[in-house]
Amino acid sequence: MTELHLKDIRKSFGAVEVIKGVTLDIRSGEFMVFVGPSGCGKSTLLRLIAGLEDITSGTLEFDHDVVNGLSPSRRGIAMVFQSYALYPHMTVYDNMAFGMQLAKSSKEQVRQRVEKAAEMLQITPYLDRLPKQLSGGQRQRVAIGRAIVRDPKVFLFDEPLSNLDAALRVATRLEIAKLHHSMNNVTMIYVTHDQVEAMTLADRICVLRDGKIEQVGTPLELYENPQSLFVAGFIGSPKMNFLNGKFAERYRASTIGIRSEHIEVKERDGVWSGPVVHSEMLGSDSYIYVDVGSEEPLIVRQNGTTSKQLGEVLQLAPVGDNVHRFDQDGRPLASHSA
Amino acid sequence: MTTESTAPVIGTLVHPHAPIRSELFVSRTRAAMLFLLPMIVALIVVAGWPLYRTIYFSFTDASLNNLAGAHFVGFRNYLSWVTLKSGKTFYSGVLADPQWWNAVWNTVRFSVLSVLCETVLGMIVALVLNADFPGRGLVRAAILIPWAIPTIVSAKMWGWMLNDQFGIINDLFLRLHLIDHKIAWTATADTAMTAVLVVDIWKTTPFMALLILAGLQMIPKDIYEATEIDGVHPLKTFFFVTLPLVRPALMVAVIFRLLDALRIFDLIYVLTPNSAQTKTMSVAARENLIDFDKFAYGSAESTLLFVLIAIITIVYIWAGRVNLEGGDR
Amino acid sequence: MTGTVNLWALAKRTAFYLLVLAIIVESVFPFYYAILTSFKAGTALFEVNYWPTMIAWDNYIAVFRNGSFPQNLMNSVIVAACTVALSLLFAVTAAYALSRVRFRGRSILLLTILSVSMFPQIAVLAGLFEVIRAFGLFNTLWGLIFSYTIFTLPFTVWVLTTFMRDLPIEIEEAAIVDGAKPWTIITRVFMPLMWPALVTTGLLAFIAAWNEFLFALTFTSSNSTRTVPVAIALLSGASQFEIPWGTIMAASVIVTVPLVVLVLIFQRKIISGLTAGGVKG
Repeated sequence: MTELHLKDIRKSFGAVEVIKGVTLDIRSGEFMVFVGPSGCGKSTLLRLIAGLEDITSGTLEFDHDVVNGLSPSRRGIAMVFQSYALYPHMTVYDNMAFGMQLAKSSKEQVRQRVEKAAEMLQITPYLDRLPKQLSGGQRQRVAIGRAIVRDPKVFLFDEPLSNLDAALRVATRLEIAKLHHSMNNVTMIYVTHDQVEAMTLADRICVLRDGKIEQVGTPLELYENPQSLFVAGFIGSPKMNFLNGKFAERYRASTIGIRSEHIEVKERDGVWSGPVVHSEMLGSDSYIYVDVGSEEPLIVRQNGTTSKQLGEVLQLAPVGDNVHRFDQDGRPLASHSA
Repeated sequence: MTTESTAPVIGTLVHPHAPIRSELFVSRTRAAMLFLLPMIVALIVVAGWPLYRTIYFSFTDASLNNLAGAHFVGFRNYLSWVTLKSGKTFYSGVLADPQWWNAVWNTVRFSVLSVLCETVLGMIVALVLNADFPGRGLVRAAILIPWAIPTIVSAKMWGWMLNDQFGIINDLFLRLHLIDHKIAWTATADTAMTAVLVVDIWKTTPFMALLILAGLQMIPKDIYEATEIDGVHPLKTFFFVTLPLVRPALMVAVIFRLLDALRIFDLIYVLTPNSAQTKTMSVAARENLIDFDKFAYGSAESTLLFVLIAIITIVYIWAGRVNLEGGDR
Repeated sequence: MTGTVNLWALAKRTAFYLLVLAIIVESVFPFYYAILTSFKAGTALFEVNYWPTMIAWDNYIAVFRNGSFPQNLMNSVIVAACTVALSLLFAVTAAYALSRVRFRGRSILLLTILSVSMFPQIAVLAGLFEVIRAFGLFNTLWGLIFSYTIFTLPFTVWVLTTFMRDLPIEIEEAAIVDGAKPWTIITRVFMPLMWPALVTTGLLAFIAAWNEFLFALTFTSSNSTRTVPVAIALLSGASQFEIPWGTIMAASVIVTVPLVVLVLIFQRKIISGLTAGGVKG
């Protein structure tokens, strides 16, 4: 049960400042996801927490102990790398046992922990194999197993699913979620650029941009109450619809945003109207793109298969008061009005 | 992985004390220094210090039996002159020694000719090896043999083949009516350098061929397919496509060989000992150093050779702007 | 090269294979001839034969009866093996520092190391002579082992550094997270992955040390400490006019056959090692 306190963490590589003052509290046992576009510094931040990079200024505390000066193995962390980083010349068993062997644990202890972790991840039949004899998904599980054996206080994941194909990604995501439930006293920090992973796995999400925190909150909070235009556009798939200019003036805002599932097609008297320019049918839902005169077409979600035709003119209106209003700085304006 | 600067970011610290450096980086840097130490010490002891001493000796009157009692004599070993009562100026020192300049000329002659021939022949062999044909492995194995044979052994083997009385070369050439009498290849003034060149080219062409081959193999095959489709004549393909693309590897191979050729000693010493036509700078220097006990004089000659090589190396690096870091770590 | 009757293509192909044949013959003939000569005895030596006419072991027996030749062989083996071991040890650790740890002056150091391999041996001969005498290593095998590092070390460091640089950084980071110290990382994580490079550089260093002549000639003075190249160069007959060519050829073959066998077995590794040093540089 370890909580982390990041206090004004900054990191520079030479003259370039990459992390520009991050202050964050991570609660013990929570699954925290760092998400953001590439170059936002999320991997760097993770590596600072791991101790693989030096913190330029600010303090990092594990349970109120400052750990800036400690090497990774002494911080009580374990890390799962994007490319698995398994030792190619060692068997799965040795890969998982390496850390404990270095710490001079007894053979008995090592065996117990390795076998337990192997069972948890269902890789027991592979213990005698070399990494090159395993598939990508199996290797990733070994990498996770290696981290579990360390019995860490903090578990770090650096985009672990990026190297897997789509189907495997979903399956492994489930494994990681189950892991979190079964090890619910271990704090987990997970880095990804995929907001779907973030939404599905996280207890809380930290959205990073350009080395700074944009917003921290539960997935639902970020979804329903984005505190900036950036977060509003980043979270949620498909992307939130944004309207400027005269469309936004109507709501007394600089920009308004509305999600595709919050727009309905009406018989007449819609707030916006225009022809259908494109449609995507995914089986369970459909997304129709309607040109209402704004820069980008509005994306409207429909249940099941849509009956709307290309070129058909539709009348659209927001459902309820789900219009997000933003001022010219991208900050949200107080609650919505029609 | 480490930061280059450890200076704190000014004025934005939340905590009053200075940033803490992780023990990981401290211990890694310390380990790195420790790991480099044996190698650095070794190189200083076998290369740095001896080089300094050689240069130092060149400015003294040291002799083999009395190295410690050497006195500083300035540039005397390099160049000095005395004006005789008759008005004539008498020059002495390495730079005024015709034998030295003969050695320099031999060395330059040898280097240029050998590198030229080895490059051309090496290119031919490399092109052959680059082609796909049955027996390619056999050729590759065959050319490794001259390279694998120790230089001294090559010198003796060829010495035997070039023997004036019983040598097979004379026998063969006589039979083919290329010559009309047996030639003492290694002893005759006119042919000694040729003999040395033949042996060196035989021995070193494989090395050049392999380096050039590596460069050739980096050229993507599709370029050749494109020239084939375009119907370009193979000779034109060679000069306008292959040659420019293999140039970097070629340049590296040439410079390595050139620097090696300038330093040559073993072959000359064993194949054509005491021949004024083949005595190179290294051979001349050693002769003075050890055989004639003109230790300081020989040191001066050694130093001059070093300076020559250093200049060429520096010019090459400066001109080629060699990238040494090779990527970020 | 289709099956149609095309004289031009046929001529080209014949010319090509003639060239191939020429290359093979030219490369192998001198060695073949030396072997041939070594098996001749008596006056047969003075006849020129292109094909083997006899197999007589006289010359080989003479070589071993020569007194110090077996000792010379042993000396060469010891010197070459120790040089390789020492160089690899120093080079592996140095290569780790040069390829995996960032520090100021790293590229200058690499440049300096590379430049040492450019030193003409003669330039350090005088100075080394003094150093070896000062340490009392003159006319000993250790004197040679010690001085040979001047050319084996730079090359070995260079090749191993290039190789280590290409090892994936995540594996090292995983080892760091597991708590491994640099020495452990080198010995338990990197070395097992690097053994092809170690074999290659070891072989090349062995061949270079085996081959070396100038230092061996200058720093030894008695037959019992000489190495093989010097022994062969100094092989002489009963009188100053009599050069024992048969014996010399036999000695040459003895010294060369193991090398040739080694080189042929490890062809690929050697070629990749040579080109790694040259092309990537």
